[in-house]
Amino acid sequence: MQTDFLSTSLKTPLVLASGVLGNNKAILERVWENGCGLPTMKSIGPAPREGHKNPTVIDLGEGMINAVGLPTPGYENMEEEWQELASRKFPVNASIYGGSVDEFVRVAEFVCAKGPDFIELNISCPNSEKHGMIFGVNAESSHAVVSAVKKVIDVPLIAKLTPAAPDIGAIAKACEDGGADAICAINTAGPGMVIDIESRMPVLAFKKGGLSGPMIKPIAVRCVYDIYKAVSIPIIGLGGISTGEDAVEIIMAGASLVGIGTAVRYRGITVFNKVNKELETWLADHDTRIDQIRGAAHREEL
Amino acid sequence: MITDLRPVMVEVAQKEAHSSTFATLFVDFSIDFKPGQFIMVWIPGVDEKPYTISHHSPDRFGITVEAKGIFSKKAVSLNPGDKIGIRGPFGNGFNISTKQKIAVVAGGCGMAPLAPLIEALEAYGNKELLLIHGARSKEFLLYPDRFSTHRKVCTDDGSKGHKGFVTDVLEQEILARQIIAESKENSTPAHLDMVYACGPEIMMAKVFEICETHNIPCQVSLERYMRCGFGVCGACVCDSQVVCKDGPVFSSQSLRSMEDFNTRALLKTGQPVPLEEYASWRCQ
Repeated sequence: MQTDFLSTSLKTPLVLASGVLGNNKAILERVWENGCGLPTMKSIGPAPREGHKNPTVIDLGEGMINAVGLPTPGYENMEEEWQELASRKFPVNASIYGGSVDEFVRVAEFVCAKGPDFIELNISCPNSEKHGMIFGVNAESSHAVVSAVKKVIDVPLIAKLTPAAPDIGAIAKACEDGGADAICAINTAGPGMVIDIESRMPVLAFKKGGLSGPMIKPIAVRCVYDIYKAVSIPIIGLGGISTGEDAVEIIMAGASLVGIGTAVRYRGITVFNKVNKELETWLADHDTRIDQIRGAAHREEL
Repeated sequence: MITDLRPVMVEVAQKEAHSSTFATLFVDFSIDFKPGQFIMVWIPGVDEKPYTISHHSPDRFGITVEAKGIFSKKAVSLNPGDKIGIRGPFGNGFNISTKQKIAVVAGGCGMAPLAPLIEALEAYGNKELLLIHGARSKEFLLYPDRFSTHRKVCTDDGSKGHKGFVTDVLEQEILARQIIAESKENSTPAHLDMVYACGPEIMMAKVFEICETHNIPCQVSLERYMRCGFGVCGACVCDSQVVCKDGPVFSSQSLRSMEDFNTRALLKTGQPVPLEEYASWRCQ
Protein backbone atom coordinates (compact mmCIF):
# COMPACT_ATOMS: atom_id res chain seq x y z
CA MET A 1 0.00 0.00 0.00
CA GLN A 2 2.26 2.71 -1.33
CA THR A 3 1.85 6.02 0.50
CA ASP A 4 3.28 9.49 -0.16
CA PHE A 5 4.41 11.31 2.93
CA LEU A 6 5.99 14.78 2.76
CA SER A 7 7.26 14.11 -0.79
CA THR A 8 8.77 10.73 0.08
CA SER A 9 7.22 7.59 -1.26
CA LEU A 10 6.77 4.96 1.47
CA LYS A 11 5.92 1.38 0.57
CA THR A 12 3.34 1.17 3.34
CA PRO A 13 1.69 3.68 5.73
CA LEU A 14 3.27 1.98 8.75
CA VAL A 15 6.02 3.52 10.88
CA LEU A 16 8.26 1.81 13.45
CA ALA A 17 7.95 3.72 16.73
CA SER A 18 11.14 5.20 18.11
CA GLY A 19 12.76 3.24 20.91
CA VAL A 20 11.61 -0.10 19.56
CA LEU A 21 14.27 -2.34 17.98
CA GLY A 22 15.91 0.43 15.85
CA ASN A 23 19.43 -0.15 17.22
CA ASN A 24 21.30 -0.89 14.01
CA LYS A 25 20.92 -0.83 10.23
CA ALA A 26 20.30 -4.57 9.93
CA ILE A 27 17.30 -4.57 12.24
CA LEU A 28 15.86 -1.38 10.68
CA GLU A 29 16.13 -3.10 7.31
CA ARG A 30 14.49 -6.27 8.63
CA VAL A 31 11.57 -4.22 9.97
CA TRP A 32 11.27 -2.51 6.57
CA GLU A 33 11.40 -5.86 4.76
CA ASN A 34 8.55 -6.99 7.00
CA GLY A 35 6.20 -4.27 5.84
CA CYS A 36 7.20 -1.13 7.73
CA GLY A 37 7.18 1.89 5.40
CA LEU A 38 9.27 4.10 7.67
CA PRO A 39 11.60 2.66 10.33
CA THR A 40 12.63 5.06 13.11
CA MET A 41 16.04 4.93 14.73
CA LYS A 42 16.53 4.86 18.49
CA SER A 43 16.51 8.40 19.81
CA ILE A 44 19.92 10.07 19.41
CA GLY A 45 21.02 12.32 22.25
CA PRO A 46 23.68 14.94 22.88
CA ALA A 47 26.08 12.77 24.90
CA PRO A 48 26.74 9.08 25.60
CA ARG A 49 24.11 7.72 27.95
CA GLU A 50 23.68 4.20 29.27
CA GLY A 51 20.06 4.45 30.29
CA HIS A 52 18.63 3.08 33.50
CA LYS A 53 19.42 -0.14 35.32
CA ASN A 54 17.10 -3.09 34.78
CA PRO A 55 14.23 -3.81 35.15
CA THR A 56 13.58 -1.28 32.40
CA VAL A 57 10.81 -2.89 30.36
CA ILE A 58 7.98 -5.03 31.72
CA ASP A 59 5.08 -6.55 29.83
CA LEU A 60 1.87 -6.07 31.78
CA GLY A 61 -0.19 -8.11 29.36
CA GLU A 62 -2.38 -5.28 28.17
CA GLY A 63 0.67 -3.21 27.29
CA MET A 64 4.10 -2.40 28.64
CA ILE A 65 5.65 -0.06 31.16
CA ASN A 66 9.18 1.09 30.44
CA ALA A 67 11.88 3.37 31.71
CA VAL A 68 14.80 2.49 29.48
CA GLY A 69 16.21 5.98 30.02
CA LEU A 70 17.08 7.06 26.47
CA PRO A 71 20.37 5.18 26.03
CA THR A 72 22.45 6.65 23.22
CA PRO A 73 26.03 6.46 22.03
CA GLY A 74 25.78 10.26 21.64
CA TYR A 75 25.36 11.93 18.25
CA GLU A 76 29.11 12.25 17.66
CA ASN A 77 29.77 8.54 18.19
CA MET A 78 27.65 6.98 15.49
CA GLU A 79 29.88 7.18 12.45
CA GLU A 80 29.86 3.40 11.95
CA GLU A 81 26.07 3.28 11.87
CA TRP A 82 25.76 6.26 9.52
CA GLN A 83 28.30 4.75 7.15
CA GLU A 84 26.28 1.55 7.03
CA LEU A 85 23.04 3.47 6.61
CA ALA A 86 24.49 5.42 3.69
CA SER A 87 23.98 2.41 1.42
CA ARG A 88 20.43 1.71 2.63
CA LYS A 89 17.58 1.04 0.26
CA PHE A 90 14.87 2.16 2.72
CA PRO A 91 13.85 5.52 4.20
CA VAL A 92 14.86 6.26 7.77
CA ASN A 93 13.46 8.56 10.41
CA ALA A 94 16.11 9.82 12.86
CA SER A 95 14.68 10.50 16.30
CA ILE A 96 16.68 12.99 18.35
CA TYR A 97 16.49 14.55 21.80
CA GLY A 98 18.23 17.17 23.88
CA GLY A 99 18.09 18.74 27.30
CA SER A 100 17.92 22.29 25.96
CA VAL A 101 17.09 24.10 22.73
CA ASP A 102 20.82 24.44 22.02
CA GLU A 103 21.38 20.72 22.45
CA PHE A 104 18.48 19.91 20.13
CA VAL A 105 19.95 22.27 17.52
CA ARG A 106 23.43 20.83 17.81
CA VAL A 107 22.24 17.23 17.52
CA ALA A 108 19.79 18.04 14.71
CA GLU A 109 22.35 19.90 12.59
CA PHE A 110 24.89 17.11 12.95
CA VAL A 111 22.40 14.31 12.32
CA CYS A 112 20.88 16.08 9.32
CA ALA A 113 24.26 16.10 7.59
CA LYS A 114 24.28 12.28 7.85
CA GLY A 115 21.35 12.05 5.48
CA PRO A 116 18.28 10.68 7.26
CA ASP A 117 15.01 11.11 5.33
CA PHE A 118 13.24 12.70 8.30
CA ILE A 119 14.19 14.07 11.70
CA GLU A 120 11.81 13.46 14.56
CA LEU A 121 12.13 15.65 17.65
CA ASN A 122 11.40 13.75 20.82
CA ILE A 123 10.07 16.71 22.78
CA SER A 124 8.80 14.47 25.57
CA CYS A 125 12.11 14.81 27.41
CA PRO A 126 12.83 17.24 30.26
CA ASN A 127 14.17 20.73 29.56
CA SER A 128 17.08 21.36 31.92
CA GLU A 129 16.75 25.12 31.39
CA LYS A 130 13.17 25.07 32.64
CA HIS A 131 13.73 23.05 35.79
CA GLY A 132 13.23 19.77 33.99
CA MET A 133 9.78 20.64 32.68
CA ILE A 134 8.90 18.49 29.68
CA PHE A 135 9.31 20.55 26.46
CA GLY A 136 6.18 19.05 25.01
CA VAL A 137 3.76 20.04 27.77
CA ASN A 138 4.25 23.73 27.07
CA ALA A 139 3.36 25.42 23.77
CA GLU A 140 6.04 28.09 24.12
CA SER A 141 8.95 25.70 24.66
CA SER A 142 7.62 23.34 21.96
CA HIS A 143 7.55 26.26 19.51
CA ALA A 144 11.02 27.35 20.60
CA VAL A 145 12.66 23.98 20.02
CA VAL A 146 10.86 23.27 16.73
CA SER A 147 11.55 26.69 15.21
CA ALA A 148 15.20 26.62 16.28
CA VAL A 149 15.77 23.14 14.81
CA LYS A 150 13.84 23.98 11.64
CA LYS A 151 16.42 26.67 10.83
CA VAL A 152 19.34 24.22 10.78
CA ILE A 153 17.93 21.19 8.96
CA ASP A 154 16.89 20.60 5.37
CA VAL A 155 14.89 17.41 5.81
CA PRO A 156 11.25 17.29 6.95
CA LEU A 157 10.81 17.84 10.68
CA ILE A 158 8.43 15.66 12.69
CA ALA A 159 7.49 16.70 16.22
CA LYS A 160 6.79 13.76 18.52
CA LEU A 161 4.33 14.76 21.20
CA THR A 162 3.58 13.54 24.69
CA PRO A 163 0.02 12.83 25.84
CA ALA A 164 1.00 14.45 29.15
CA ALA A 165 0.20 17.84 27.61
CA PRO A 166 -3.06 19.22 29.01
CA ASP A 167 -4.00 20.58 25.56
CA ILE A 168 -2.16 18.54 22.96
CA GLY A 169 -3.91 20.37 20.11
CA ALA A 170 -2.32 23.63 21.25
CA ILE A 171 1.11 21.99 21.39
CA ALA A 172 0.66 20.59 17.88
CA LYS A 173 -0.39 24.04 16.64
CA ALA A 174 2.69 25.60 18.27
CA CYS A 175 4.86 23.03 16.50
CA GLU A 176 3.15 23.69 13.17
CA ASP A 177 3.67 27.43 13.63
CA GLY A 178 7.31 26.74 14.48
CA GLY A 179 7.77 24.99 11.14
CA ALA A 180 7.08 21.33 11.88
CA ASP A 181 6.22 19.38 8.73
CA ALA A 182 4.36 16.65 10.60
CA ILE A 183 3.24 15.60 14.06
CA CYS A 184 3.85 12.18 15.58
CA ALA A 185 1.61 11.27 18.50
CA ILE A 186 1.70 9.83 21.00
CA ASN A 187 4.76 9.06 23.04
CA THR A 188 4.22 6.77 26.05
CA ALA A 189 1.47 7.74 28.48
CA GLY A 190 1.79 8.34 32.18
CA PRO A 191 4.26 7.97 33.72
CA GLY A 192 2.87 5.06 35.65
CA MET A 193 4.19 2.81 38.37
CA VAL A 194 3.94 -0.89 39.13
CA ILE A 195 4.75 -2.02 42.66
CA ASP A 196 5.68 -5.57 43.56
CA ILE A 197 3.74 -6.14 46.75
CA GLU A 198 5.96 -8.97 48.01
CA SER A 199 9.20 -6.99 47.91
CA ARG A 200 7.28 -3.73 48.46
CA MET A 201 9.31 -2.12 45.69
CA PRO A 202 8.46 -0.50 42.38
CA VAL A 203 9.31 -3.06 39.70
CA LEU A 204 11.13 -0.63 37.42
CA ALA A 205 14.57 0.37 38.68
CA PHE A 206 13.69 3.97 37.72
CA LYS A 207 10.41 3.42 39.63
CA LYS A 208 8.22 5.30 37.11
CA GLY A 209 7.82 4.50 33.45
CA GLY A 210 5.87 5.24 30.31
CA LEU A 211 2.88 3.13 29.36
CA SER A 212 2.40 1.78 25.87
CA GLY A 213 0.39 -0.82 24.02
CA PRO A 214 -3.34 -1.63 23.85
CA MET A 215 -4.11 -0.04 27.23
CA ILE A 216 -3.24 3.45 25.95
CA LYS A 217 -4.96 3.24 22.55
CA PRO A 218 -8.01 5.33 23.57
CA ILE A 219 -5.65 8.09 24.75
CA ALA A 220 -3.77 7.95 21.45
CA VAL A 221 -6.97 8.09 19.42
CA ARG A 222 -8.20 11.08 21.43
CA CYS A 223 -4.88 12.90 21.05
CA VAL A 224 -4.76 12.36 17.28
CA TYR A 225 -8.37 13.54 17.11
CA ASP A 226 -7.52 16.75 18.98
CA ILE A 227 -4.38 17.34 16.89
CA TYR A 228 -6.25 16.82 13.61
CA LYS A 229 -8.65 19.54 14.63
CA ALA A 230 -5.80 21.92 15.47
CA VAL A 231 -3.38 21.57 12.55
CA SER A 232 -3.26 21.01 8.80
CA ILE A 233 0.08 19.15 8.64
CA PRO A 234 -0.02 15.33 8.47
CA ILE A 235 -0.07 13.19 11.61
CA ILE A 236 1.69 9.91 12.38
CA GLY A 237 -0.75 8.27 14.79
CA LEU A 238 0.50 5.69 17.24
CA GLY A 239 -0.14 4.34 20.71
CA GLY A 240 -1.45 0.81 21.13
CA ILE A 241 -1.99 0.07 17.44
CA SER A 242 -1.86 -3.71 17.02
CA THR A 243 -4.31 -4.61 14.26
CA GLY A 244 -5.62 -3.32 10.95
CA GLU A 245 -8.81 -2.24 12.66
CA ASP A 246 -6.79 -0.26 15.22
CA ALA A 247 -5.07 1.43 12.27
CA VAL A 248 -8.44 2.27 10.71
CA GLU A 249 -9.55 3.77 14.02
CA ILE A 250 -6.58 6.11 14.38
CA ILE A 251 -6.77 7.07 10.68
CA MET A 252 -10.42 8.02 11.25
CA ALA A 253 -9.19 10.21 14.13
CA GLY A 254 -6.94 11.96 11.62
CA ALA A 255 -3.69 10.03 11.13
CA SER A 256 -1.97 9.87 7.73
CA LEU A 257 0.55 7.25 8.81
CA VAL A 258 0.28 4.71 11.60
CA GLY A 259 3.05 3.84 14.04
CA ILE A 260 3.64 0.46 15.65
CA GLY A 261 5.84 -0.30 18.63
CA THR A 262 4.64 -2.45 21.51
CA ALA A 263 2.66 -4.69 19.15
CA VAL A 264 6.02 -6.16 18.10
CA ARG A 265 5.85 -7.88 21.49
CA TYR A 266 2.44 -9.38 20.83
CA ARG A 267 2.61 -10.19 17.11
CA GLY A 268 6.35 -10.33 16.31
CA ILE A 269 8.35 -8.33 13.77
CA THR A 270 5.95 -9.49 11.06
CA VAL A 271 3.24 -7.39 12.75
CA PHE A 272 3.77 -4.77 10.03
CA ASN A 273 2.83 -7.16 7.21
CA LYS A 274 -0.09 -8.43 9.27
CA VAL A 275 -1.47 -4.95 9.98
CA ASN A 276 -1.00 -3.90 6.33
CA LYS A 277 -2.93 -6.90 5.16
CA GLU A 278 -5.71 -6.40 7.69
CA LEU A 279 -5.92 -2.71 6.80
CA GLU A 280 -6.10 -3.52 3.07
CA THR A 281 -8.78 -6.12 3.69
CA TRP A 282 -10.85 -3.70 5.76
CA LEU A 283 -10.55 -0.98 3.13
CA ALA A 284 -11.48 -3.42 0.34
CA ASP A 285 -14.42 -4.78 2.30
CA HIS A 286 -15.69 -1.24 2.80
CA ASP A 287 -14.86 -0.21 -0.74
CA THR A 288 -12.83 2.77 0.43
CA ARG A 289 -9.30 4.17 0.65
CA ILE A 290 -7.16 5.68 3.42
CA ASP A 291 -7.61 9.23 2.14
CA GLN A 292 -11.37 8.75 2.19
CA ILE A 293 -11.48 7.70 5.82
CA ARG A 294 -8.79 10.02 7.20
CA GLY A 295 -10.42 12.20 9.84
CA ALA A 296 -13.78 10.58 9.11
CA ALA A 297 -14.66 10.58 12.80
CA HIS A 298 -14.75 14.38 12.81
CA ARG A 299 -18.10 14.67 11.10
CA GLU A 300 -20.94 15.53 13.44
CA GLU A 301 -23.65 13.33 11.92
CA LEU A 302 -23.87 10.20 9.77
CA MET B 1 2.75 -18.68 38.87
CA ILE B 2 5.87 -17.57 37.01
CA THR B 3 5.06 -15.97 33.65
CA ASP B 4 6.76 -13.78 31.08
CA LEU B 5 4.87 -10.75 32.44
CA ARG B 6 5.86 -8.88 35.61
CA PRO B 7 8.34 -10.66 37.88
CA VAL B 8 7.06 -12.95 40.61
CA MET B 9 8.96 -13.04 43.92
CA VAL B 10 9.95 -16.57 44.86
CA GLU B 11 11.99 -18.03 47.68
CA VAL B 12 15.38 -19.54 47.09
CA ALA B 13 14.80 -23.14 48.20
CA GLN B 14 18.38 -24.34 48.11
CA LYS B 15 21.81 -23.10 47.22
CA GLU B 16 24.47 -25.44 45.92
CA ALA B 17 27.99 -24.07 45.79
CA HIS B 18 30.05 -25.60 42.99
CA SER B 19 33.34 -23.81 43.69
CA SER B 20 34.48 -20.56 45.18
CA THR B 21 32.81 -18.63 42.34
CA PHE B 22 29.92 -20.77 41.07
CA ALA B 23 26.65 -21.50 42.83
CA THR B 24 23.27 -22.80 41.73
CA LEU B 25 20.12 -21.25 43.21
CA PHE B 26 17.07 -23.53 43.19
CA VAL B 27 13.44 -22.49 43.47
CA ASP B 28 10.55 -24.90 44.04
CA PHE B 29 8.29 -23.73 41.24
CA SER B 30 7.33 -25.27 37.96
CA ILE B 31 8.15 -23.47 34.76
CA ASP B 32 7.25 -24.42 31.21
CA PHE B 33 10.68 -24.72 29.72
CA LYS B 34 12.79 -25.84 26.79
CA PRO B 35 16.58 -26.33 27.20
CA GLY B 36 18.43 -23.16 26.16
CA GLN B 37 15.71 -20.76 27.26
CA PHE B 38 16.40 -18.14 29.92
CA ILE B 39 14.66 -16.19 32.67
CA MET B 40 15.10 -12.62 33.90
CA VAL B 41 16.21 -12.64 37.52
CA TRP B 42 15.48 -9.57 39.61
CA ILE B 43 17.08 -8.68 42.91
CA PRO B 44 15.07 -5.65 44.04
CA GLY B 45 17.26 -2.61 44.50
CA VAL B 46 20.19 -4.24 42.70
CA ASP B 47 19.44 -5.12 39.06
CA GLU B 48 17.77 -7.63 36.79
CA LYS B 49 19.79 -10.01 34.59
CA PRO B 50 19.13 -12.86 32.19
CA TYR B 51 20.11 -16.36 33.35
CA THR B 52 19.71 -19.60 31.51
CA ILE B 53 17.89 -22.37 33.35
CA SER B 54 20.60 -24.87 34.21
CA HIS B 55 18.54 -27.35 36.21
CA HIS B 56 14.98 -28.36 35.55
CA SER B 57 12.46 -30.84 36.92
CA PRO B 58 8.66 -30.66 37.06
CA ASP B 59 8.52 -28.87 40.41
CA ARG B 60 11.96 -27.30 40.72
CA PHE B 61 14.42 -25.37 38.61
CA GLY B 62 17.73 -23.66 39.10
CA ILE B 63 20.12 -21.10 37.70
CA THR B 64 23.87 -21.30 37.96
CA VAL B 65 25.59 -18.03 38.71
CA GLU B 66 29.26 -17.15 38.41
CA ALA B 67 30.18 -14.42 40.90
CA LYS B 68 31.70 -11.69 38.74
CA GLY B 69 29.90 -8.35 39.00
CA ILE B 70 27.74 -6.59 41.57
CA PHE B 71 24.62 -8.53 40.67
CA SER B 72 26.13 -12.00 40.45
CA LYS B 73 28.11 -11.55 43.67
CA LYS B 74 24.88 -10.57 45.40
CA ALA B 75 23.10 -13.55 43.82
CA VAL B 76 25.61 -16.13 45.06
CA SER B 77 25.46 -14.59 48.55
CA LEU B 78 21.71 -15.29 48.78
CA ASN B 79 20.55 -18.05 51.11
CA PRO B 80 17.53 -20.33 51.30
CA GLY B 81 14.52 -18.23 52.29
CA ASP B 82 15.75 -15.12 50.47
CA LYS B 83 13.52 -13.97 47.65
CA ILE B 84 14.26 -13.21 44.02
CA GLY B 85 11.97 -11.97 41.26
CA ILE B 86 11.60 -14.14 38.18
CA ARG B 87 9.90 -13.61 34.83
CA GLY B 88 10.12 -15.86 31.82
CA PRO B 89 11.01 -18.13 30.23
CA PHE B 90 12.24 -16.23 27.20
CA GLY B 91 14.04 -17.09 23.97
CA ASN B 92 13.79 -19.98 21.56
CA GLY B 93 15.85 -22.74 23.19
CA PHE B 94 17.71 -25.53 21.42
CA ASN B 95 16.10 -27.50 18.67
CA ILE B 96 16.47 -31.03 20.02
CA SER B 97 17.86 -33.43 17.44
CA THR B 98 16.42 -36.93 17.25
CA LYS B 99 19.63 -38.15 15.60
CA GLN B 100 22.10 -40.26 17.58
CA LYS B 101 25.54 -38.95 16.73
CA ILE B 102 25.66 -35.72 18.63
CA ALA B 103 28.46 -33.74 20.23
CA VAL B 104 27.91 -31.12 22.90
CA VAL B 105 30.78 -28.67 23.30
CA ALA B 106 30.82 -26.73 26.57
CA GLY B 107 33.30 -24.00 27.52
CA GLY B 108 33.32 -22.67 31.08
CA CYS B 109 29.93 -21.37 32.24
CA GLY B 110 28.64 -22.19 28.74
CA MET B 111 27.89 -25.53 30.34
CA ALA B 112 24.85 -24.04 32.11
CA PRO B 113 22.40 -23.92 29.15
CA LEU B 114 23.79 -27.18 27.73
CA ALA B 115 23.22 -29.23 30.89
CA PRO B 116 19.42 -29.54 30.57
CA LEU B 117 19.93 -30.21 26.85
CA ILE B 118 22.23 -33.13 27.64
CA GLU B 119 19.65 -34.46 30.10
CA ALA B 120 16.90 -34.09 27.50
CA LEU B 121 18.98 -35.92 24.88
CA GLU B 122 19.72 -38.68 27.42
CA ALA B 123 16.02 -38.90 28.27
CA TYR B 124 15.19 -39.27 24.58
CA GLY B 125 17.40 -42.37 24.59
CA ASN B 126 20.50 -40.98 22.96
CA LYS B 127 23.27 -43.49 23.61
CA GLU B 128 26.01 -42.01 21.43
CA LEU B 129 26.17 -38.53 22.85
CA LEU B 130 29.65 -37.11 23.30
CA LEU B 131 30.30 -34.27 25.71
CA ILE B 132 33.41 -32.19 25.12
CA HIS B 133 33.80 -30.32 28.36
CA GLY B 134 36.36 -27.56 28.77
CA ALA B 135 37.25 -24.75 31.13
CA ARG B 136 40.18 -22.56 32.16
CA SER B 137 41.16 -25.04 34.83
CA LYS B 138 39.77 -27.93 36.86
CA GLU B 139 37.77 -25.85 39.36
CA PHE B 140 35.86 -24.11 36.54
CA LEU B 141 34.51 -27.38 35.10
CA LEU B 142 30.81 -27.10 35.95
CA TYR B 143 28.88 -30.21 37.03
CA PRO B 144 31.78 -32.68 36.64
CA ASP B 145 29.71 -35.67 37.85
CA ARG B 146 26.26 -34.77 36.56
CA PHE B 147 26.01 -36.83 33.38
CA SER B 148 26.39 -40.47 32.51
CA THR B 149 27.23 -39.60 28.92
CA HIS B 150 30.70 -40.16 27.41
CA ARG B 151 32.83 -37.13 28.27
CA LYS B 152 36.14 -35.74 27.04
CA VAL B 153 37.59 -33.14 29.36
CA CYS B 154 40.08 -30.44 28.59
CA THR B 155 41.44 -27.47 30.46
CA ASP B 156 43.49 -24.49 29.30
CA ASP B 157 46.09 -25.18 32.01
CA GLY B 158 46.02 -28.98 31.85
CA SER B 159 44.84 -29.32 35.47
CA LYS B 160 42.35 -31.93 34.27
CA GLY B 161 42.04 -33.91 31.06
CA HIS B 162 43.60 -32.83 27.81
CA LYS B 163 45.60 -29.58 27.97
CA GLY B 164 44.14 -27.37 25.29
CA PHE B 165 40.89 -26.23 23.74
CA VAL B 166 37.55 -27.96 23.27
CA THR B 167 37.69 -26.99 19.60
CA ASP B 168 40.87 -29.05 19.11
CA VAL B 169 39.16 -32.05 20.69
CA LEU B 170 36.10 -31.53 18.46
CA GLU B 171 38.22 -31.41 15.33
CA GLN B 172 40.18 -34.55 16.32
CA GLU B 173 36.90 -36.33 16.99
CA ILE B 174 35.49 -35.39 13.58
CA LEU B 175 38.66 -36.50 11.82
CA ALA B 176 38.78 -39.78 13.77
CA ARG B 177 35.18 -40.51 12.75
CA GLN B 178 36.04 -39.83 9.11
CA ILE B 179 38.81 -42.42 9.25
CA ILE B 180 36.40 -44.95 10.78
CA ALA B 181 33.76 -44.14 8.15
CA GLU B 182 36.26 -44.58 5.33
CA SER B 183 37.67 -47.82 6.72
CA LYS B 184 34.30 -49.53 7.06
CA GLU B 185 32.72 -50.26 3.73
CA ASN B 186 28.92 -50.11 3.59
CA SER B 187 28.65 -49.43 7.28
CA THR B 188 26.50 -46.66 8.70
CA PRO B 189 28.28 -43.33 8.58
CA ALA B 190 30.10 -42.40 11.77
CA HIS B 191 30.14 -38.66 11.22
CA LEU B 192 28.38 -36.29 13.62
CA ASP B 193 24.77 -35.35 12.90
CA MET B 194 24.69 -32.27 15.12
CA VAL B 195 26.98 -30.20 17.31
CA TYR B 196 25.66 -28.01 20.13
CA ALA B 197 27.98 -25.43 21.67
CA CYS B 198 28.03 -22.72 24.31
CA GLY B 199 30.99 -20.87 25.73
CA PRO B 200 33.03 -17.78 24.87
CA GLU B 201 31.89 -16.43 21.49
CA ILE B 202 35.32 -16.98 19.95
CA MET B 203 35.03 -20.67 20.91
CA MET B 204 31.56 -20.92 19.36
CA ALA B 205 32.80 -19.22 16.21
CA LYS B 206 35.56 -21.81 15.95
CA VAL B 207 33.05 -24.64 16.51
CA PHE B 208 30.89 -23.15 13.75
CA GLU B 209 33.87 -22.88 11.43
CA ILE B 210 34.87 -26.51 12.05
CA CYS B 211 31.28 -27.67 11.52
CA GLU B 212 31.01 -25.70 8.27
CA THR B 213 34.23 -27.24 6.99
CA HIS B 214 32.91 -30.72 7.71
CA ASN B 215 29.34 -30.04 6.71
CA ILE B 216 27.85 -30.66 10.15
CA PRO B 217 24.89 -28.58 11.36
CA CYS B 218 25.44 -26.80 14.66
CA GLN B 219 23.52 -24.72 17.18
CA VAL B 220 25.16 -22.19 19.48
CA SER B 221 23.79 -20.00 22.27
CA LEU B 222 24.78 -16.32 22.14
CA GLU B 223 25.00 -13.68 24.85
CA ARG B 224 24.27 -9.95 24.47
CA TYR B 225 23.31 -7.21 26.95
CA MET B 226 19.53 -7.47 27.37
CA ARG B 227 16.75 -5.30 28.72
CA CYS B 228 13.20 -6.42 27.91
CA GLY B 229 13.87 -10.11 27.19
CA PHE B 230 11.04 -10.33 24.68
CA GLY B 231 12.23 -8.75 21.47
CA VAL B 232 11.03 -5.15 21.70
CA CYS B 233 13.74 -2.87 23.05
CA GLY B 234 16.49 -3.90 20.62
CA ALA B 235 19.37 -3.72 23.14
CA CYS B 236 20.59 -7.22 22.20
CA VAL B 237 20.51 -7.07 18.40
CA CYS B 238 23.21 -9.01 16.58
CA ASP B 239 22.90 -8.00 12.93
CA SER B 240 19.21 -8.37 12.11
CA GLN B 241 18.67 -10.96 14.83
CA VAL B 242 17.17 -10.11 18.21
CA VAL B 243 19.14 -12.38 20.54
CA CYS B 244 16.53 -12.50 23.35
CA LYS B 245 13.69 -13.40 21.00
CA ASP B 246 15.07 -14.95 17.79
CA GLY B 247 17.79 -16.60 19.91
CA PRO B 248 19.67 -17.01 22.12
CA VAL B 249 20.18 -20.25 20.15
CA PHE B 250 21.16 -19.82 16.52
CA SER B 251 21.65 -22.55 13.95
CA SER B 252 24.30 -22.73 11.22
CA GLN B 253 21.87 -21.26 8.73
CA SER B 254 21.40 -18.08 10.79
CA LEU B 255 25.06 -17.84 11.75
CA ARG B 256 26.14 -17.82 8.08
CA SER B 257 24.55 -14.41 7.56
CA MET B 258 25.31 -12.89 10.98
CA GLU B 259 28.29 -10.63 10.36
CA ASP B 260 28.24 -9.45 13.96
CA PHE B 261 28.74 -13.02 15.23
CA ASN B 262 32.15 -13.07 16.91
CA THR B 263 32.93 -9.54 15.70
CA ARG B 264 30.63 -6.94 17.22
CA ALA B 265 28.18 -6.25 20.03
CA LEU B 266 26.36 -3.25 21.46
CA LEU B 267 27.29 -1.58 24.72
CA LYS B 268 24.59 -0.37 27.10
CA THR B 269 24.57 2.96 25.25
CA GLY B 270 23.73 1.13 22.04
CA GLN B 271 27.15 1.78 20.58
CA PRO B 272 28.53 -1.10 18.50
CA VAL B 273 32.04 -2.12 19.54
CA PRO B 274 34.43 -4.96 18.67
CA LEU B 275 33.55 -8.11 20.55
CA GLU B 276 36.73 -8.01 22.67
CA GLU B 277 35.77 -4.57 23.98
CA TYR B 278 32.24 -5.78 24.71
CA ALA B 279 33.59 -8.89 26.44
CA SER B 280 35.91 -6.92 28.67
CA TRP B 281 32.99 -4.71 29.75
CA ARG B 282 30.82 -7.77 30.44
CA CYS B 283 33.57 -9.43 32.49
CA GLN B 284 33.96 -6.43 34.81
